[in-house]
Amino acid sequence: MNSAPGRPHGTAPQGWRPLPGGTDLPVLMPAAERLVRRVERERLIGNPVLRLEPWHGGLLLLVFLCAAGYVQAQAGADRPSIVDVIWRWTPLLAKGFAFNIAISALAMAIGTTFGIFLGLAQLSRAKPVASTAWFATHFFRNAPWLVLLFYCMFLLPFKVTLFGVTIPLPDWVKATFGLSLPVMANMSEIVRGAVQSIPSGQWESARSFAFTRRQTTWMIILPQCTKRMLPPWMNLYSILTVGTVLVSVVGVSEVMTLAGDALASENRADLLMPFYFYILAWFFLYCYPIARWTVYLERKYAVDF
Amino acid sequence: MSDRPIVSVKDIRKSFGAVEVLKGVSFDVAKGEVVCIIGPSGSGKSTILRCINGLIPIDGGSIRVADFQVEKLTADRDVIALRKEVSIVFQQYNLYPHKTALANIMMAPIHVLKEDPKEAEARAVALLAKVRLQDKAGSYPGELSGGQQQRVAIARALAMRPEIILFDEVTAALDPETVKEVLVTIRELADEGLTCILVTHEMGFAREVADHMYFTDGGVIVEHGPPAEFFARPKHERTRAFLSQIL
Repeated sequence: MNSAPGRPHGTAPQGWRPLPGGTDLPVLMPAAERLVRRVERERLIGNPVLRLEPWHGGLLLLVFLCAAGYVQAQAGADRPSIVDVIWRWTPLLAKGFAFNIAISALAMAIGTTFGIFLGLAQLSRAKPVASTAWFATHFFRNAPWLVLLFYCMFLLPFKVTLFGVTIPLPDWVKATFGLSLPVMANMSEIVRGAVQSIPSGQWESARSFAFTRRQTTWMIILPQCTKRMLPPWMNLYSILTVGTVLVSVVGVSEVMTLAGDALASENRADLLMPFYFYILAWFFLYCYPIARWTVYLERKYAVDF
Repeated sequence: MSDRPIVSVKDIRKSFGAVEVLKGVSFDVAKGEVVCIIGPSGSGKSTILRCINGLIPIDGGSIRVADFQVEKLTADRDVIALRKEVSIVFQQYNLYPHKTALANIMMAPIHVLKEDPKEAEARAVALLAKVRLQDKAGSYPGELSGGQQQRVAIARALAMRPEIILFDEVTAALDPETVKEVLVTIRELADEGLTCILVTHEMGFAREVADHMYFTDGGVIVEHGPPAEFFARPKHERTRAFLSQIL
């Protein structure tokens, strides 16, 4: 008697709610949930979003090979092949790339050290210290990296005399220092955010046991911060590594400069794209594993203290 | 001198912004006494505790703990001396998650009291045995249950050799079974003669252990008295209403 619904055919029953993802078919739920998660992520990151999949990389490689082959075929048979030329220049490019990595490691080390102190200074109870640190952080964070590099190249002296000892400051040292400034500012924000995310109960309990503020910060709060600072810190390193090519603009000889020199000496138009694509691949091979590891660490330390 | 109350709170007032939380609270606690403060949420119970050990500065009134005038302390050295006298145990345990249970207990004596590390370690082991957690010395707080964490927090408070311990709703976050193990520990401390000020909802425990009961509501002490009288014949309407809800 009550088996026929009292509502028109094709309408939902009263109290019906769609499953997450807007679907009402349980078999579609996994796909719907994936879609919902992706939409959420994109909403947070903002548009446009590069939805890269591994098969994109494969497609790009295929396109590159085809293009290289086509260009190769167009070039005369009397000239050495593109692959041979690139292979011949690889040792020099490798040295240049190693220099890029060295600059990034050094700038990261300097920037991290000063950034920790700047971040803690932002949280100081002395207002002048906190204000100065805040201003420095936001100034260096929002300044274009290239502008900071130019400033450092022109403002820093080319040699420093301390107690009768003359220390020369080559270009790459000045450039490394220039790159460490935005790193310092970003690290300061990372540290500030991490320290402020520690539950206030930790500060309260440390105060009740009469730890000084310095003891609390270094023995109790900062050790808890290291885990939560790691993913943004590694992200910062990836960005810095890619940013080290900026030093070629201010006259430091690294992989981009050397690539330009190699191309100038070869004087072949068909080498342009393969060369730069080659360098792109090197950076990708270095930064992508770091990015994947960062994602892994983020997930591992997600549910944490 | 010997019958001077160890804690003397006189007419303290505290406002957080526009909200007046304490509107003139006064009471005394004698040495070795166990005092329970009960009352509805927001009545200022936790604030009173935090004012006693100086975590929250008061806006008016005075607090004397042993020989310290709490509201007049400014020098770090004096604050450290005060916090050696009074220890507090929190509802959320607030153990340091990156240190083992033993390290949690040892940290304050070594770095604040500047005790010898070996002595501090031996004492920490003894305190863990006292709260019946001797085999959890190497465990991190994340590996312990709520009741075990709370007992480690009590041992940590005892490591400072305080005269007075404050308990801020320490069993509120625990399930009834683990509540018992913590209450047994507190009872032992009370029997040993430690001055305890408890903020609690455990009426049965309060009735057994307390020497004096206080009921706060709206930032004032509405009623107080020995537990037998307090629970059997509450004088004020508000007290009666509150007790009838729980008992």
